[in-house]
Amino acid sequence: MKRRDPLLVVDGLRVTFDTPRGPVAAVRDVSFVLGREKLGIVGESGSGKSQTGRALLGLLARNGRAAARRLTFDGVDLLRAGEAERRALRGRRIAMILQDPKFSLNPVMTVGEQIVEAFRVHANVSRREARLRALAMLEAVHIREPGHVFDAWPHELSGGMGQRVMIAIMMVPEPDLLIADEPTSALDVTVRLQVLALLDDMLARRGAALIFISHDLGLVGSFCDRVLVMYAGRVVETLRADELQSARHPYTRGLLACQPRVDGDGSDLPTLNRDPAWLR
Amino acid sequence: MSRASAIEVAGLDVVFGRGRRAFRAVRDASFSVTAGGSFGLVGESGSGKTTVLRALAGLLPPAAGIRGEMRLGGDPLRPARSRALRRRLQMVFQDPYGSLHPRHTVDRILGEPARIHGLDSIDHRIVDALADVGLDASFRFRFPHQLSGGQRQRIAIARALIIEPAIVLLDEPTSALDVSVQAEILNLLQRLRREHALTFVLVSHDLAVVSHMCEALAVMRAGEIIEMVGVEALRAHALQHEYSRELLQAAQGYRSTPAGMAPAEQ
Repeated sequence: MKRRDPLLVVDGLRVTFDTPRGPVAAVRDVSFVLGREKLGIVGESGSGKSQTGRALLGLLARNGRAAARRLTFDGVDLLRAGEAERRALRGRRIAMILQDPKFSLNPVMTVGEQIVEAFRVHANVSRREARLRALAMLEAVHIREPGHVFDAWPHELSGGMGQRVMIAIMMVPEPDLLIADEPTSALDVTVRLQVLALLDDMLARRGAALIFISHDLGLVGSFCDRVLVMYAGRVVETLRADELQSARHPYTRGLLACQPRVDGDGSDLPTLNRDPAWLR
Repeated sequence: MSRASAIEVAGLDVVFGRGRRAFRAVRDASFSVTAGGSFGLVGESGSGKTTVLRALAGLLPPAAGIRGEMRLGGDPLRPARSRALRRRLQMVFQDPYGSLHPRHTVDRILGEPARIHGLDSIDHRIVDALADVGLDASFRFRFPHQLSGGQRQRIAIARALIIEPAIVLLDEPTSALDVSVQAEILNLLQRLRREHALTFVLVSHDLAVVSHMCEALAVMRAGEIIEMVGVEALRAHALQHEYSRELLQAAQGYRSTPAGMAPAEQ
């Protein structure tokens, strides 16, 4: 693939959920083009940011439907792709990291076995070779005693360690696109930065792209190259991360303004007045 | 101990478990909070900040070993407390989804503490408490599942305030909420503190929230208070301890190294 070709084209994505009270639109007409970059999708709860990520992987809940004018990943039409074709993409070329490693790791398998399994499925190597590579992978995610962690059970890991292991597993097939949904929200602040640095490093080394889904505008702004701001299922603004402070949309500006600051003066925070016009 | 202190903690030790499995969750913690003040306890998970708050609230398991002294306006705070003493101190919890009884109406949630403490004109108190937190009387007969996260936290605050405590212990009161809702709740708490002359002890991992809400703070790590400063020092980024500075830097977001990835051409 040429480096300048867009990796992912999303045009007019809609996600609708069938509920007893009728269809509910969670994502309405979202469009973006993704290159080999770190793209942040920011919004509050209910903005549709997570469902956008899930729709790309075909991982919507059973009552959810995704439709789009165009949805292509590296030339593959995701809308036309059958389940087998999508499964071949999932994990191998598009991987996902979720918020809490406690729920994403298999609790009854040791850490090492889970990484070995990833190698066995994706790399078609012998058990011996898989074990060696798994240990190397643990080292690559800056785990100091890979042998020790290899034999550990998920419940024995701290949050930061668990998320490193998740990143290791997800990076095994060397995916081109990583979708991370609040990957550091369950972590302590100092651990959060270490995990982000690791993620940054892994992405750069493999030239992979990232979609970083988060509620934390400041964090996304400091980590990503570009930010989509979502509100009520729509993208209200797309910005370069370094231009976040000069955001135009009143929702983005409101979100920035209503955050307390370490060097603020303690006076009342401006609150967000949601304009019905934003729903259009 | 000075008279202006609403809360005094001196040499507090909390130990969970016994013998070889004993774990010292809090080590020799000492601080005081002036009446009408707001004091922040900052730290990461496992730092002991919530354990300190629970010790003050009398919510530690009976088997926990507590040593040291805690005083509320000069009166000793022991695990066994009179109802009058308990009324002076209330707590608001982190998760508004977990802290309200799912099958009780707002009316019952707010009325119960008032009844326990033998207060009169409960109807009026409930309506007043709702108004205090910015909710109208129509919320009285709703159930928690019919409320948003922010509305639930308002109810939890109203429940704490309905028995007119002097001190409110806040355990990460906004960390489960969206930032726009967080701003509303923080503003609400500050207004209530002014209007009711409340004293706050706020536990948070978020230095920005503590800077916004508190006049003084203690940074905790592994059960110990490693630094105690006025908020001016925090706002001026003048924390002394290496770990405090690390926390402060982490609060400023991610410092990236250039990775050389170009965005796609639209």
